[in-house]
Amino acid sequence: MSGIPHDHYEPKSNGEKWIHSRLPIVGLMYDTLMIPTPKNLNWMWIWGIVLTFCLALQIVTGIVLAMHYNPSVDGAFASIEHIMRNVNGGYMLRYMHMNGASLFFVAVYAHIFRGLYYGSYKAPREITWIIGMIIYLLMMATAFMGYVLPWGQMSFWGATVITGLFGAVPFIGDALQTFLLGGPAVDNATLNRFFSLHYLLPFVTAGLVILHIWAFHTTGNNNPTGVPVRTTSKDEAEKDTLPFWPYFVIKDLFALAVILVVFFAVVGFMPNYLGHPDNYIEANALATPAHIVPEWYFLPFYAILRAFTAEVWVVQIATFVTGGIIDAKFFGVLAMFGSIAVMAAVPWLDTSRVRSGRYRPMFKWWFAILVVDFFVLMWVGAMPAEEPYATISLIATTYWFAYFLVILPLLGVIEKPMTPPETIEEDFNAHYAPKVGGTTTIVNPAE
Amino acid sequence: MNMIKATLLSAVIAFTAPAAFAAGASEHEIENIDFSFDGPFGSYDVNQLQRGLQVYTEVCSACHGLKYVALRTLGDEGGPMLPEEQVIEYSKQWEVFDAELDDYREATPVDHFPESGLANAPDLSLMAKKRAAFHGPYGLGINQLLKGFGGAEYIAALLHGYTGEEKTQAGVTLYENKYMAGGWIAMAPPLYEEAVEYADGHSNSVEAMAEDVAAFLMWTAEPKMADRKQAGFAGVLFLTLMSVLLYLTNKRLWASVKKKD
Repeated sequence: MSGIPHDHYEPKSNGEKWIHSRLPIVGLMYDTLMIPTPKNLNWMWIWGIVLTFCLALQIVTGIVLAMHYNPSVDGAFASIEHIMRNVNGGYMLRYMHMNGASLFFVAVYAHIFRGLYYGSYKAPREITWIIGMIIYLLMMATAFMGYVLPWGQMSFWGATVITGLFGAVPFIGDALQTFLLGGPAVDNATLNRFFSLHYLLPFVTAGLVILHIWAFHTTGNNNPTGVPVRTTSKDEAEKDTLPFWPYFVIKDLFALAVILVVFFAVVGFMPNYLGHPDNYIEANALATPAHIVPEWYFLPFYAILRAFTAEVWVVQIATFVTGGIIDAKFFGVLAMFGSIAVMAAVPWLDTSRVRSGRYRPMFKWWFAILVVDFFVLMWVGAMPAEEPYATISLIATTYWFAYFLVILPLLGVIEKPMTPPETIEEDFNAHYAPKVGGTTTIVNPAE
Repeated sequence: MNMIKATLLSAVIAFTAPAAFAAGASEHEIENIDFSFDGPFGSYDVNQLQRGLQVYTEVCSACHGLKYVALRTLGDEGGPMLPEEQVIEYSKQWEVFDAELDDYREATPVDHFPESGLANAPDLSLMAKKRAAFHGPYGLGINQLLKGFGGAEYIAALLHGYTGEEKTQAGVTLYENKYMAGGWIAMAPPLYEEAVEYADGHSNSVEAMAEDVAAFLMWTAEPKMADRKQAGFAGVLFLTLMSVLLYLTNKRLWASVKKKD
């Protein structure tokens, strides 16, 4: 794998040769683990491992939780309490699964914004980026359905609101919503299909993660300079890279351990911090909560959904032009999905020749505003739909779209980028000046 | 590098900002009570839980139930820790419906507390987790770590938050309560001075009883809190040690590459 010249796996013992000639799986694992990795990667390149860990954590805790969970409207809520009270270690399993979802999203947002800053989406890594975006969508779908399973008030009303969005689709909306819910309203059929899909989708995600890794192992990792690894000779490639094992595995594991200290502190000492108290009230179709608030990781997109009301002139024009087919509600739905679509399309929207934001003086500022914008959207998403939050969310939403659709295409034309270093080695040595007469002992991973 | 700082900062904000957005807003802010179970080192006060159990049994249980709580757990470590004979004896005062007998019978420790006897009296098992008293800086802040989110405080405040005003609406008598969402509650003031007589001679003022039963209801909502905090500590300590070891390993591993003294 990867176009970077490096040593490939050679079976040594007779046993290895026997396996290798029949199924070269050891070689595949060796090449995956030993992939030459740019040696100047910074600490923003650790999130991939954190995400892989989260997926594994959620699958393992989830499978055990599913053994004790009862997917029925009469038994779901009580079975969660059964897990919390009677199942050995059940309270830890459940709190880790609950907070594991939050850790998963913290990591995925950091990972995505890392990619946006360092231009990881640019050629030749478009497919890696697109697969990543699909994984992110699947994560959101999985998290949403998982939140319905405890069958609390927020579960029920969140499901009602979100599936209602599909009802806003013109012509087929009602049929689509009924199909999703398995009936006219959120009920037992909904809970059952959500449980089934909540169990299925993580494995689809795992498959896509393999494709995601395969794709960037083919192109090689991006790095903070955006400069590709020299591939003209093995000697030069080795000056730019280090094998993933042990250098990056140990580095990433260190970062993971630090992050998990925080994670365990949250799970152990304030496990309901990120949750909503209303979800400890069993679902009741007759009592609507005062505020229906999604989980924190959905808030930015929830804000975009709510930003477009019938008073906004863009919506009025769209409604007028389409003869009422696109009303405010459907416009909001389109905007919400559109906000992710423009992010997925970013490889073709960014016109700059320079990959890394580090060498783009104007881009840096616009990107910084995008990060702030994301948190502003998260904040207004949690606020009631009234002034001044409505105006703020409209401005923040506008910036989100403007960044991808206007600013990025224009910047590539008007910005005068700085010159990135010639090679990764040069960048690395600029940070870590070689000692005069220093020895170049590289730890041999075979030992 | 600025980028990293900005992102790390963002991650911190992401974790601190969108905390529990409490339901049931009331105009009166609920004061924090320094319960023994607050904070990472906090644990339930066994005597307080037993007093709270007494208040629940003599007062609350007239209308409310605890359907998720098994009577046997009254003897559990980290709970009220009643001796086994007392748990058996205590259980006998409840009647539970037995589907096999198709009739009511005396409860045993393996049964749960009965459900609410009154249709509009909510089950109290999870009351301390389904209410969050702390809004604004309280609810948003990381000090949840030290003060909890105020479910027990809400219960205590509600129990002595009556103003004495009453009104009748659609044939139902409602009582004004400072801490109830909307200001009116159908529950008559349940506690009065010296409503229960504590065996340990602890104060039985309304405030003291309210705090005791609030602590007890925190336990019914989160009976495994002690185990959870212990597991949290084990995790934090183990992973801190792992972090140090991995840091040193990483430093040594990269030393020859970075060639920096």
